[in-house]
Amino acid sequence: MAAGTGMPGTPDPHDVPEGTVVLGASDVARALTRIAHEIVERAKGAQDVVLLGIPTRGVTLAARLAQRLASIDPGFDPERDLGELDVTMYRDDLRRQPTRAVGVTRLPAAGIEGKTVVLVDDVLFSGRTIRAALDAIGDLGRPQAVRLACLVDRGHRELPIRPDFVGKNLPTAQTERVRVLLAEVDGTDAVVISGREPGAAAAAEEGAR
Amino acid sequence: MRHLLSTADLAKDEAIELLDTAAQMAATQSREIKKLPTLRGRTVVNLFFEDSTRTRISFETAAKRLSADVINFSAKGSSVSKGESLKDTALTLHAMGADAVVVRHWASGAPYQLAHAGWLDAAVLNAGDGTHMHPTQALLDAYTIRRHLGGRGGGLRRGGDDGVGADLAGLRVAIVGDVLHSRVARANVRLLRTLGAEVTLVAPPTLLPVGVESWPCRTSYDLDATLADWQPDAVMMLRVQRERMSGGAGAFFPSPLEYTRYFGLDARRLAVLPPHSIVMHPGPMNRGLEISAEAADSERAVIVEQVANGVAVRMAALYLLLSGTTEGTAL
Repeated sequence: MAAGTGMPGTPDPHDVPEGTVVLGASDVARALTRIAHEIVERAKGAQDVVLLGIPTRGVTLAARLAQRLASIDPGFDPERDLGELDVTMYRDDLRRQPTRAVGVTRLPAAGIEGKTVVLVDDVLFSGRTIRAALDAIGDLGRPQAVRLACLVDRGHRELPIRPDFVGKNLPTAQTERVRVLLAEVDGTDAVVISGREPGAAAAAEEGAR
Repeated sequence: MRHLLSTADLAKDEAIELLDTAAQMAATQSREIKKLPTLRGRTVVNLFFEDSTRTRISFETAAKRLSADVINFSAKGSSVSKGESLKDTALTLHAMGADAVVVRHWASGAPYQLAHAGWLDAAVLNAGDGTHMHPTQALLDAYTIRRHLGGRGGGLRRGGDDGVGADLAGLRVAIVGDVLHSRVARANVRLLRTLGAEVTLVAPPTLLPVGVESWPCRTSYDLDATLADWQPDAVMMLRVQRERMSGGAGAFFPSPLEYTRYFGLDARRLAVLPPHSIVMHPGPMNRGLEISAEAADSERAVIVEQVANGVAVRMAALYLLLSGTTEGTAL
Protein backbone atom coordinates (compact mmCIF):
# COMPACT_ATOMS: atom_id res chain seq x y z
CA MET A 1 0.00 0.00 0.00
CA ALA A 2 2.74 2.37 0.99
CA ALA A 3 4.62 1.22 -2.09
CA GLY A 4 1.61 2.24 -4.19
CA THR A 5 1.62 5.80 -2.89
CA GLY A 6 5.34 6.25 -3.57
CA MET A 7 6.76 7.75 -6.71
CA PRO A 8 5.79 5.72 -9.78
CA GLY A 9 8.31 3.07 -10.50
CA THR A 10 10.36 3.80 -7.43
CA PRO A 11 11.02 0.60 -5.54
CA ASP A 12 10.27 1.02 -1.87
CA PRO A 13 12.34 -1.46 0.12
CA HIS A 14 10.95 -0.39 3.50
CA ASP A 15 7.64 -2.18 3.07
CA VAL A 16 9.13 -5.52 2.22
CA PRO A 17 10.95 -7.66 4.77
CA GLU A 18 13.96 -8.54 2.63
CA GLY A 19 15.12 -8.56 -0.94
CA THR A 20 15.15 -6.03 -3.71
CA VAL A 21 11.98 -4.56 -5.12
CA VAL A 22 12.16 -4.66 -8.89
CA LEU A 23 8.59 -3.65 -9.71
CA GLY A 24 6.53 -1.30 -7.58
CA ALA A 25 2.75 -1.11 -7.37
CA SER A 26 2.40 1.29 -10.29
CA ASP A 27 4.70 -0.87 -12.44
CA VAL A 28 2.54 -3.90 -11.71
CA ALA A 29 -0.60 -1.94 -12.57
CA ARG A 30 0.86 -0.66 -15.85
CA ALA A 31 2.12 -4.09 -16.84
CA LEU A 32 -1.31 -5.62 -16.26
CA THR A 33 -3.03 -2.89 -18.27
CA ARG A 34 -0.62 -3.43 -21.16
CA ILE A 35 -1.11 -7.23 -21.01
CA ALA A 36 -4.89 -6.74 -21.07
CA HIS A 37 -4.61 -4.60 -24.22
CA GLU A 38 -2.31 -7.15 -25.83
CA ILE A 39 -4.74 -9.97 -25.07
CA VAL A 40 -7.61 -8.07 -26.70
CA GLU A 41 -5.46 -7.11 -29.67
CA ARG A 42 -4.20 -10.63 -30.21
CA ALA A 43 -7.67 -12.19 -29.90
CA LYS A 44 -9.28 -9.40 -31.98
CA GLY A 45 -11.76 -8.61 -29.23
CA ALA A 46 -12.42 -10.36 -25.94
CA GLN A 47 -15.68 -12.20 -26.67
CA ASP A 48 -14.18 -15.68 -26.78
CA VAL A 49 -11.44 -15.10 -24.23
CA VAL A 50 -11.43 -17.13 -21.01
CA LEU A 51 -8.95 -16.24 -18.28
CA LEU A 52 -7.72 -19.08 -16.10
CA GLY A 53 -5.59 -18.14 -13.12
CA ILE A 54 -3.14 -20.64 -11.68
CA PRO A 55 -3.21 -20.63 -7.83
CA THR A 56 -2.40 -18.82 -5.82
CA ARG A 57 -1.12 -15.48 -7.15
CA GLY A 58 -2.21 -16.26 -10.70
CA VAL A 59 -5.84 -16.32 -9.57
CA THR A 60 -5.55 -12.81 -8.15
CA LEU A 61 -3.75 -11.55 -11.26
CA ALA A 62 -6.41 -13.13 -13.49
CA ALA A 63 -9.13 -11.35 -11.51
CA ARG A 64 -7.37 -8.02 -12.04
CA LEU A 65 -6.84 -8.71 -15.72
CA ALA A 66 -10.54 -9.59 -16.01
CA GLN A 67 -11.52 -6.14 -14.69
CA ARG A 68 -9.25 -4.50 -17.25
CA LEU A 69 -10.50 -6.67 -20.12
CA ALA A 70 -14.08 -5.80 -19.22
CA SER A 71 -13.32 -2.09 -19.33
CA ILE A 72 -11.56 -2.44 -22.70
CA ASP A 73 -14.19 -4.69 -24.29
CA PRO A 74 -17.71 -4.96 -22.77
CA GLY A 75 -18.00 -8.34 -24.51
CA PHE A 76 -15.90 -9.79 -21.69
CA ASP A 77 -17.80 -10.59 -18.50
CA PRO A 78 -15.59 -11.20 -15.45
CA GLU A 79 -18.37 -13.21 -13.82
CA ARG A 80 -18.71 -15.49 -16.81
CA ASP A 81 -15.26 -15.74 -18.37
CA LEU A 82 -12.94 -16.01 -15.40
CA GLY A 83 -11.85 -19.23 -13.74
CA GLU A 84 -9.07 -20.84 -11.81
CA LEU A 85 -7.11 -23.93 -12.67
CA ASP A 86 -5.35 -26.00 -10.02
CA VAL A 87 -2.57 -28.06 -11.55
CA THR A 88 -1.38 -29.94 -8.46
CA MET A 89 -2.58 -33.31 -9.66
CA TYR A 90 -0.82 -32.87 -12.99
CA ARG A 91 2.61 -31.90 -11.64
CA ASP A 92 5.65 -34.01 -12.46
CA ASP A 93 7.42 -33.29 -9.18
CA LEU A 94 4.83 -34.68 -6.76
CA ARG A 95 7.26 -37.29 -5.51
CA ARG A 96 10.08 -34.80 -4.96
CA GLN A 97 8.17 -32.35 -2.81
CA PRO A 98 6.28 -32.69 0.45
CA THR A 99 2.62 -33.52 -0.17
CA ARG A 100 0.85 -30.55 -1.70
CA ALA A 101 -2.69 -29.60 -0.83
CA VAL A 102 -5.01 -29.88 -3.81
CA GLY A 103 -6.54 -26.55 -4.74
CA VAL A 104 -9.82 -25.52 -6.29
CA THR A 105 -10.48 -25.70 -10.01
CA ARG A 106 -13.35 -23.50 -11.11
CA LEU A 107 -14.21 -23.24 -14.78
CA PRO A 108 -16.56 -20.84 -16.52
CA ALA A 109 -20.04 -22.38 -16.77
CA ALA A 110 -19.82 -22.47 -20.55
CA GLY A 111 -16.59 -24.45 -20.37
CA ILE A 112 -13.48 -23.82 -22.44
CA GLU A 113 -14.48 -25.64 -25.63
CA GLY A 114 -13.59 -23.51 -28.65
CA LYS A 115 -12.53 -20.53 -26.50
CA THR A 116 -9.22 -18.73 -26.40
CA VAL A 117 -7.87 -19.68 -23.00
CA VAL A 118 -5.34 -17.32 -21.46
CA LEU A 119 -3.44 -18.94 -18.59
CA VAL A 120 -2.35 -16.41 -16.00
CA ASP A 121 0.56 -17.04 -13.65
CA ASP A 122 2.75 -14.78 -11.56
CA VAL A 123 6.30 -15.99 -12.27
CA LEU A 124 7.40 -18.11 -15.22
CA PHE A 125 10.46 -20.12 -14.20
CA SER A 126 11.07 -23.73 -15.30
CA GLY A 127 7.84 -23.91 -17.29
CA ARG A 128 6.79 -27.09 -15.52
CA THR A 129 3.71 -25.57 -13.92
CA ILE A 130 2.55 -24.46 -17.36
CA ARG A 131 3.17 -27.93 -18.77
CA ALA A 132 0.98 -29.31 -15.98
CA ALA A 133 -1.64 -26.66 -16.78
CA LEU A 134 -1.63 -27.62 -20.46
CA ASP A 135 -2.21 -31.26 -19.49
CA ALA A 136 -5.04 -30.22 -17.16
CA ILE A 137 -6.65 -28.17 -19.94
CA GLY A 138 -6.38 -31.16 -22.26
CA ASP A 139 -8.58 -33.12 -19.84
CA LEU A 140 -11.12 -30.31 -19.53
CA GLY A 141 -11.89 -29.58 -23.14
CA ARG A 142 -10.43 -28.47 -26.43
CA PRO A 143 -9.94 -24.71 -26.57
CA GLN A 144 -9.43 -22.87 -29.84
CA ALA A 145 -6.08 -21.63 -28.55
CA VAL A 146 -4.16 -21.53 -25.27
CA ARG A 147 -2.01 -18.52 -24.49
CA LEU A 148 0.14 -17.68 -21.53
CA ALA A 149 0.33 -14.42 -19.63
CA CYS A 150 2.74 -13.98 -16.75
CA LEU A 151 3.80 -10.97 -14.72
CA VAL A 152 7.46 -11.93 -14.55
CA ASP A 153 9.53 -14.11 -16.86
CA ARG A 154 12.66 -14.93 -14.89
CA GLY A 155 14.28 -17.28 -17.41
CA HIS A 156 15.80 -20.72 -16.72
CA ARG A 157 13.25 -22.58 -18.81
CA GLU A 158 13.46 -26.35 -18.64
CA LEU A 159 10.77 -26.98 -21.25
CA PRO A 160 10.00 -25.49 -24.65
CA ILE A 161 7.36 -23.11 -23.30
CA ARG A 162 7.24 -19.39 -24.02
CA PRO A 163 4.87 -16.73 -22.69
CA ASP A 164 2.68 -14.76 -25.10
CA PHE A 165 2.24 -11.80 -22.74
CA VAL A 166 4.92 -10.77 -20.24
CA GLY A 167 4.85 -8.04 -17.62
CA LYS A 168 8.61 -7.89 -17.25
CA ASN A 169 11.55 -9.99 -18.36
CA LEU A 170 13.79 -10.35 -15.34
CA PRO A 171 17.17 -11.99 -15.81
CA THR A 172 17.97 -13.85 -12.60
CA ALA A 173 20.37 -16.41 -11.20
CA GLN A 174 19.06 -19.91 -10.45
CA THR A 175 19.62 -19.40 -6.71
CA GLU A 176 17.61 -16.20 -6.49
CA ARG A 177 14.02 -16.19 -5.42
CA VAL A 178 11.44 -14.04 -7.18
CA ARG A 179 8.24 -13.28 -5.32
CA VAL A 180 5.18 -11.46 -6.56
CA LEU A 181 3.35 -9.70 -3.74
CA LEU A 182 -0.24 -8.64 -4.36
CA ALA A 183 -2.37 -6.35 -2.25
CA GLU A 184 -5.23 -8.90 -1.98
CA VAL A 185 -2.95 -11.56 -0.47
CA ASP A 186 0.14 -9.79 0.85
CA GLY A 187 -1.12 -6.28 1.57
CA THR A 188 1.11 -4.64 -1.02
CA ASP A 189 1.88 -4.83 -4.74
CA ALA A 190 5.49 -5.54 -5.60
CA VAL A 191 7.88 -7.92 -7.29
CA VAL A 192 10.81 -8.78 -5.02
CA ILE A 193 14.05 -10.63 -5.65
CA SER A 194 15.77 -12.20 -2.68
CA GLY A 195 18.66 -14.57 -2.15
CA ARG A 196 21.12 -12.64 -4.30
CA GLU A 197 24.86 -13.22 -3.98
CA PRO A 198 26.14 -11.05 -1.09
CA GLY A 199 27.97 -8.66 -3.43
CA ALA A 200 25.06 -8.34 -5.83
CA ALA A 201 22.59 -7.87 -2.97
CA ALA A 202 24.64 -5.07 -1.46
CA ALA A 203 24.97 -3.38 -4.83
CA ALA A 204 21.23 -3.68 -5.45
CA GLU A 205 20.43 -2.27 -2.00
CA GLU A 206 22.72 0.66 -2.75
CA GLY A 207 21.00 1.18 -6.06
CA ALA A 208 17.58 1.05 -4.44
CA ARG A 209 18.46 3.68 -1.89
CA MET B 1 0.77 -39.47 7.14
CA ARG B 2 2.49 -42.75 6.25
CA HIS B 3 -0.38 -45.21 6.67
CA LEU B 4 -4.11 -44.98 7.22
CA LEU B 5 -4.78 -47.61 9.85
CA SER B 6 -7.18 -46.16 12.37
CA THR B 7 -9.28 -43.04 12.74
CA ALA B 8 -8.00 -42.79 16.31
CA ASP B 9 -4.58 -41.78 14.89
CA LEU B 10 -6.01 -38.90 12.84
CA ALA B 11 -5.60 -35.42 14.23
CA LYS B 12 -8.37 -32.94 13.52
CA ASP B 13 -6.38 -30.96 10.96
CA GLU B 14 -5.33 -34.14 9.17
CA ALA B 15 -8.93 -35.32 9.01
CA ILE B 16 -10.12 -31.96 7.67
CA GLU B 17 -7.29 -31.92 5.11
CA LEU B 18 -8.37 -35.35 3.95
CA LEU B 19 -12.02 -34.30 3.66
CA ASP B 20 -11.05 -31.10 1.81
CA THR B 21 -8.88 -33.07 -0.61
CA ALA B 22 -11.80 -35.44 -1.10
CA ALA B 23 -13.99 -32.46 -2.01
CA GLN B 24 -11.52 -31.48 -4.76
CA MET B 25 -11.33 -35.08 -5.94
CA ALA B 26 -15.12 -35.23 -6.06
CA ALA B 27 -15.14 -32.10 -8.21
CA THR B 28 -12.93 -33.82 -10.79
CA GLN B 29 -15.36 -36.74 -10.97
CA SER B 30 -18.05 -34.69 -12.67
CA ARG B 31 -15.75 -34.03 -15.63
CA GLU B 32 -15.94 -35.75 -18.95
CA ILE B 33 -12.45 -37.18 -18.46
CA LYS B 34 -12.39 -38.43 -14.89
CA LYS B 35 -8.88 -39.81 -14.93
CA LEU B 36 -6.02 -37.81 -13.41
CA PRO B 37 -2.36 -38.60 -14.09
CA THR B 38 -1.39 -38.05 -10.46
CA LEU B 39 -0.25 -41.54 -9.44
CA ARG B 40 1.01 -42.71 -12.81
CA GLY B 41 3.51 -45.53 -12.42
CA ARG B 42 2.56 -46.34 -8.82
CA THR B 43 1.18 -49.73 -7.93
CA VAL B 44 -1.71 -50.25 -5.54
CA VAL B 45 -2.45 -53.77 -4.34
CA ASN B 46 -5.91 -54.61 -3.07
CA LEU B 47 -5.28 -57.37 -0.55
CA PHE B 48 -8.63 -58.79 0.51
CA PHE B 49 -8.80 -61.64 3.00
CA GLU B 50 -12.51 -61.08 3.47
CA ASP B 51 -15.36 -60.73 1.00
CA SER B 52 -16.18 -57.23 -0.09
CA THR B 53 -17.73 -55.72 -3.14
CA ARG B 54 -18.18 -52.03 -2.57
CA THR B 55 -14.99 -51.31 -0.66
CA ARG B 56 -12.81 -53.21 -3.12
CA ILE B 57 -14.48 -51.72 -6.17
CA SER B 58 -14.36 -48.30 -4.58
CA PHE B 59 -10.63 -48.56 -3.88
CA GLU B 60 -10.02 -49.97 -7.34
CA THR B 61 -11.96 -47.14 -8.97
CA ALA B 62 -10.17 -44.55 -6.86
CA ALA B 63 -6.72 -45.91 -7.72
CA LYS B 64 -7.55 -46.15 -11.41
CA ARG B 65 -8.97 -42.62 -11.53
CA LEU B 66 -5.56 -41.49 -10.28
CA SER B 67 -3.82 -43.59 -12.97
CA ALA B 68 -2.22 -46.04 -10.53
CA ASP B 69 -1.86 -49.66 -11.54
CA VAL B 70 -4.15 -51.89 -9.50
CA ILE B 71 -3.52 -55.49 -8.60
CA ASN B 72 -6.41 -57.32 -6.99
CA PHE B 73 -5.63 -60.11 -4.63
CA SER B 74 -8.32 -62.01 -2.83
CA ALA B 75 -7.56 -64.78 -0.39
CA LYS B 76 -9.85 -67.12 -2.22
CA GLY B 77 -8.04 -68.66 -5.14
CA SER B 78 -4.60 -67.53 -3.92
CA SER B 79 -1.79 -69.17 -2.00
CA VAL B 80 -3.48 -68.06 1.22
CA SER B 81 -5.93 -70.89 0.75
CA LYS B 82 -2.89 -73.17 0.66
CA GLY B 83 -1.87 -71.88 4.07
CA GLU B 84 0.50 -69.01 3.22
CA SER B 85 1.08 -66.69 6.15
CA LEU B 86 0.42 -62.94 6.12
CA LYS B 87 4.18 -62.40 6.37
CA ASP B 88 4.97 -64.42 3.27
CA THR B 89 2.20 -62.70 1.34
CA ALA B 90 3.62 -59.36 2.43
CA LEU B 91 7.14 -60.31 1.36
CA THR B 92 5.78 -61.32 -2.04
CA LEU B 93 4.09 -57.95 -2.42
CA HIS B 94 7.28 -56.22 -1.36
CA ALA B 95 9.24 -58.13 -3.98
CA MET B 96 6.74 -56.99 -6.60
CA GLY B 97 7.24 -53.37 -5.65
CA ALA B 98 3.84 -52.38 -4.34
CA ASP B 99 3.62 -48.69 -3.41
CA ALA B 100 0.41 -49.02 -1.43
CA VAL B 101 -1.41 -51.99 0.01
CA VAL B 102 -5.11 -51.77 0.71
CA VAL B 103 -5.83 -54.53 3.16
CA ARG B 104 -9.02 -56.05 4.47
CA HIS B 105 -8.55 -58.82 6.97
CA TRP B 106 -10.78 -60.80 9.31
CA ALA B 107 -8.26 -60.34 12.13
CA SER B 108 -8.30 -57.06 14.04
CA GLY B 109 -4.84 -55.51 13.86
CA ALA B 110 -3.65 -57.26 10.70
CA PRO B 111 -3.12 -53.95 8.83
CA TYR B 112 -1.14 -52.61 11.79
CA GLN B 113 1.06 -55.69 11.71
CA LEU B 114 1.54 -55.31 7.97
CA ALA B 115 2.50 -51.66 8.35
CA HIS B 116 4.86 -51.99 11.29
CA ALA B 117 6.46 -55.45 11.07
CA GLY B 118 9.02 -54.29 8.51
CA TRP B 119 7.90 -56.80 5.89
CA LEU B 120 7.05 -54.13 3.36
CA ASP B 121 7.82 -50.50 2.75
CA ALA B 122 4.51 -49.64 1.13
CA ALA B 123 1.84 -47.37 2.55
CA VAL B 124 -0.86 -49.48 4.19
CA LEU B 125 -4.50 -48.51 4.02
CA ASN B 126 -6.86 -50.33 6.31
CA ALA B 127 -10.00 -51.34 4.41
CA GLY B 128 -11.54 -53.00 7.44
CA ASP B 129 -9.92 -55.30 9.97
CA GLY B 130 -12.05 -57.69 12.02
CA THR B 131 -14.16 -55.72 14.48
CA HIS B 132 -11.55 -53.00 14.88
CA MET B 133 -11.50 -50.17 12.31
CA HIS B 134 -12.65 -49.14 8.85
CA PRO B 135 -11.18 -45.66 8.49
CA THR B 136 -12.13 -44.86 4.90
CA GLN B 137 -15.75 -45.75 5.65
CA ALA B 138 -15.76 -43.37 8.61
CA LEU B 139 -14.13 -40.67 6.48
CA LEU B 140 -16.71 -41.02 3.74
CA ASP B 141 -19.46 -40.90 6.36
CA ALA B 142 -17.95 -37.73 7.83
CA TYR B 143 -17.60 -36.29 4.33
CA THR B 144 -21.25 -37.06 3.56
CA ILE B 145 -22.41 -35.56 6.86
CA ARG B 146 -20.31 -32.45 6.26
CA ARG B 147 -21.64 -31.99 2.74
CA HIS B 148 -25.20 -32.00 3.99
CA LEU B 149 -24.97 -30.52 7.45
CA GLY B 150 -21.51 -28.98 7.84
CA GLY B 151 -21.59 -25.82 9.91
CA ARG B 152 -25.20 -26.31 11.03
CA GLY B 153 -24.26 -26.90 14.64
CA GLY B 154 -22.56 -23.52 14.95
CA GLY B 155 -19.22 -24.92 13.78
CA LEU B 156 -17.23 -22.90 11.34
CA ARG B 157 -18.32 -23.12 7.72
CA ARG B 158 -16.13 -21.30 5.28
CA GLY B 159 -15.93 -21.95 1.58
CA GLY B 160 -18.60 -23.20 -0.76
CA ASP B 161 -21.62 -25.45 -0.58
CA ASP B 162 -19.73 -28.58 0.34
CA GLY B 163 -18.63 -27.30 3.72
CA VAL B 164 -14.97 -27.30 2.68
CA GLY B 165 -12.76 -26.42 5.62
CA ALA B 166 -15.51 -26.98 8.17
CA ASP B 167 -15.55 -29.48 11.00
CA LEU B 168 -18.65 -31.18 12.43
CA ALA B 169 -18.82 -29.24 15.70
CA GLY B 170 -22.17 -29.46 17.43
CA LEU B 171 -23.72 -32.04 15.14
CA ARG B 172 -25.48 -35.03 16.67
CA VAL B 173 -25.07 -38.45 15.15
CA ALA B 174 -26.91 -41.56 16.31
CA ILE B 175 -25.29 -44.86 15.36
CA VAL B 176 -27.87 -47.61 15.65
CA GLY B 177 -27.62 -51.39 15.61
CA ASP B 178 -24.95 -54.04 15.79
CA VAL B 179 -22.19 -51.99 17.42
CA LEU B 180 -20.55 -55.10 18.87
CA HIS B 181 -19.41 -56.44 15.52
CA SER B 182 -19.08 -53.12 13.79
CA ARG B 183 -15.72 -51.66 12.80
CA VAL B 184 -17.69 -48.92 11.07
CA ALA B 185 -19.12 -47.81 14.42
CA ARG B 186 -15.72 -47.88 16.12
CA ALA B 187 -14.08 -45.90 13.32
CA ASN B 188 -16.94 -43.39 13.25
CA VAL B 189 -17.05 -42.80 17.00
CA ARG B 190 -13.39 -41.77 16.99
CA LEU B 191 -13.48 -39.68 13.83
CA LEU B 192 -16.76 -37.89 14.53
CA ARG B 193 -15.54 -37.07 18.03
CA THR B 194 -12.26 -35.71 16.62
CA LEU B 195 -14.28 -33.52 14.25
CA GLY B 196 -16.38 -32.20 17.11
CA ALA B 197 -19.66 -34.10 16.64
CA GLU B 198 -21.55 -35.81 19.45
CA VAL B 199 -22.30 -39.49 19.04
CA THR B 200 -24.89 -41.73 20.68
CA LEU B 201 -24.74 -45.46 20.14
CA VAL B 202 -28.14 -47.15 20.22
CA ALA B 203 -28.27 -50.92 20.48
CA PRO B 204 -29.66 -53.75 22.55
CA PRO B 205 -27.37 -54.47 25.52
CA THR B 206 -26.21 -57.70 23.90
CA LEU B 207 -24.89 -55.82 20.88
CA LEU B 208 -22.87 -53.22 22.78
CA PRO B 209 -19.29 -54.30 23.44
CA VAL B 210 -17.77 -54.62 26.89
CA GLY B 211 -15.88 -51.43 27.73
CA VAL B 212 -18.09 -49.16 25.63
CA GLU B 213 -18.22 -46.76 28.64
CA SER B 214 -14.65 -45.76 27.85
CA TRP B 215 -15.51 -44.65 24.30
CA PRO B 216 -16.01 -40.94 23.70
CA CYS B 217 -19.77 -41.24 23.19
CA ARG B 218 -23.04 -41.93 24.96
CA THR B 219 -25.04 -45.11 24.75
CA SER B 220 -28.73 -45.87 24.83
CA TYR B 221 -30.91 -48.97 24.65
CA ASP B 222 -33.95 -47.04 23.47
CA LEU B 223 -34.12 -45.90 19.85
CA ASP B 224 -37.48 -44.13 20.12
CA ALA B 225 -36.37 -42.05 23.10
CA THR B 226 -33.08 -41.14 21.43
CA LEU B 227 -34.76 -40.02 18.21
CA ALA B 228 -37.50 -38.08 19.96
CA ASP B 229 -35.56 -36.47 22.82
CA TRP B 230 -32.06 -36.07 21.40
CA GLN B 231 -33.10 -35.12 17.84
CA PRO B 232 -30.01 -36.35 15.98
CA ASP B 233 -28.91 -34.58 12.77
CA ALA B 234 -27.79 -37.84 11.21
CA VAL B 235 -28.85 -41.42 11.88
CA MET B 236 -26.46 -44.14 10.85
CA MET B 237 -28.00 -47.60 10.69
CA LEU B 238 -25.56 -50.49 11.03
CA ARG B 239 -25.93 -53.82 9.33
CA VAL B 240 -26.82 -56.71 11.60
CA GLN B 241 -23.79 -58.87 10.90
CA ARG B 242 -25.37 -62.28 10.95
CA GLU B 243 -22.22 -63.93 9.61
CA ARG B 244 -20.35 -62.86 12.74
CA MET B 245 -23.04 -64.08 15.10
CA SER B 246 -21.73 -67.53 15.81
CA GLY B 247 -24.93 -68.88 17.31
CA GLY B 248 -26.97 -67.92 14.25
CA ALA B 249 -29.15 -64.85 14.01
CA GLY B 250 -30.93 -65.69 17.23
CA ALA B 251 -27.99 -65.54 19.62
CA PHE B 252 -28.00 -61.79 20.31
CA PHE B 253 -31.70 -60.99 20.13
CA PRO B 254 -34.79 -63.15 20.45
CA SER B 255 -36.01 -62.77 16.87
CA PRO B 256 -35.41 -60.61 13.80
CA LEU B 257 -38.95 -59.28 14.10
CA GLU B 258 -38.35 -58.12 17.65
CA TYR B 259 -35.10 -56.48 16.60
CA THR B 260 -36.92 -54.63 13.83
CA ARG B 261 -39.62 -53.47 16.26
CA TYR B 262 -37.14 -52.01 18.70
CA PHE B 263 -34.16 -50.98 16.58
CA GLY B 264 -35.29 -50.84 12.95
CA LEU B 265 -35.65 -47.50 11.18
CA ASP B 266 -39.04 -47.18 9.50
CA ALA B 267 -41.30 -44.39 8.24
CA ARG B 268 -42.79 -43.80 11.69
CA ARG B 269 -39.40 -43.25 13.31
CA LEU B 270 -38.24 -41.20 10.32
CA ALA B 271 -41.12 -38.79 10.94
CA VAL B 272 -39.84 -38.10 14.46
CA LEU B 273 -36.49 -36.82 13.19
CA PRO B 274 -35.81 -33.13 12.55
CA PRO B 275 -36.54 -32.17 8.92
CA HIS B 276 -32.90 -31.56 7.94
CA SER B 277 -31.69 -34.91 9.25
CA ILE B 278 -30.11 -37.53 7.01
CA VAL B 279 -30.24 -41.33 7.06
CA MET B 280 -27.06 -43.28 6.44
CA HIS B 281 -26.12 -46.93 6.09
CA PRO B 282 -22.66 -48.32 5.30
CA GLY B 283 -24.19 -51.13 3.25
CA PRO B 284 -24.95 -53.80 2.38
CA MET B 285 -28.44 -53.26 3.82
CA ASN B 286 -30.69 -55.92 5.28
CA ARG B 287 -33.92 -54.33 4.09
CA GLY B 288 -36.71 -55.16 6.48
CA LEU B 289 -34.35 -55.91 9.34
CA GLU B 290 -32.43 -52.80 10.49
CA ILE B 291 -33.96 -50.45 7.93
CA SER B 292 -37.30 -50.55 6.15
CA ALA B 293 -37.54 -50.07 2.41
CA GLU B 294 -39.44 -46.81 3.01
CA ALA B 295 -36.61 -45.39 5.10
CA ALA B 296 -33.90 -46.68 2.76
CA ASP B 297 -35.56 -45.13 -0.28
CA SER B 298 -36.72 -41.91 1.36
CA GLU B 299 -35.45 -38.51 0.29
CA ARG B 300 -33.51 -38.22 3.52
CA ALA B 301 -31.47 -41.33 2.75
CA VAL B 302 -28.00 -40.53 1.44
CA ILE B 303 -26.97 -44.17 1.15
CA VAL B 304 -26.24 -44.14 -2.58
CA GLU B 305 -24.37 -40.85 -2.24
CA GLN B 306 -22.20 -42.45 0.45
CA VAL B 307 -20.97 -44.93 -2.14
CA ALA B 308 -20.11 -42.16 -4.62
CA ASN B 309 -18.35 -40.17 -1.91
CA GLY B 310 -16.36 -43.28 -1.04
CA VAL B 311 -14.47 -43.04 -4.33
CA ALA B 312 -13.55 -39.39 -3.71
CA VAL B 313 -12.45 -40.07 -0.12
CA ARG B 314 -10.31 -43.03 -1.18
CA MET B 315 -8.77 -40.97 -3.98
CA ALA B 316 -7.87 -38.37 -1.37
CA ALA B 317 -6.38 -40.99 0.95
CA LEU B 318 -4.31 -42.53 -1.84
CA TYR B 319 -3.17 -39.09 -3.01
CA LEU B 320 -2.12 -37.96 0.45
CA LEU B 321 -0.30 -41.22 1.20
CA LEU B 322 1.40 -41.71 -2.15
CA SER B 323 2.36 -38.25 -3.33
CA GLY B 324 5.06 -36.27 -1.65
CA THR B 325 8.63 -37.21 -0.94
CA THR B 326 9.37 -40.86 -0.49
CA GLU B 327 11.88 -40.29 2.30
CA GLY B 328 11.22 -42.90 4.95
CA THR B 329 10.04 -45.27 2.25
CA ALA B 330 13.42 -45.66 0.63
CA LEU B 331 15.15 -48.58 2.26
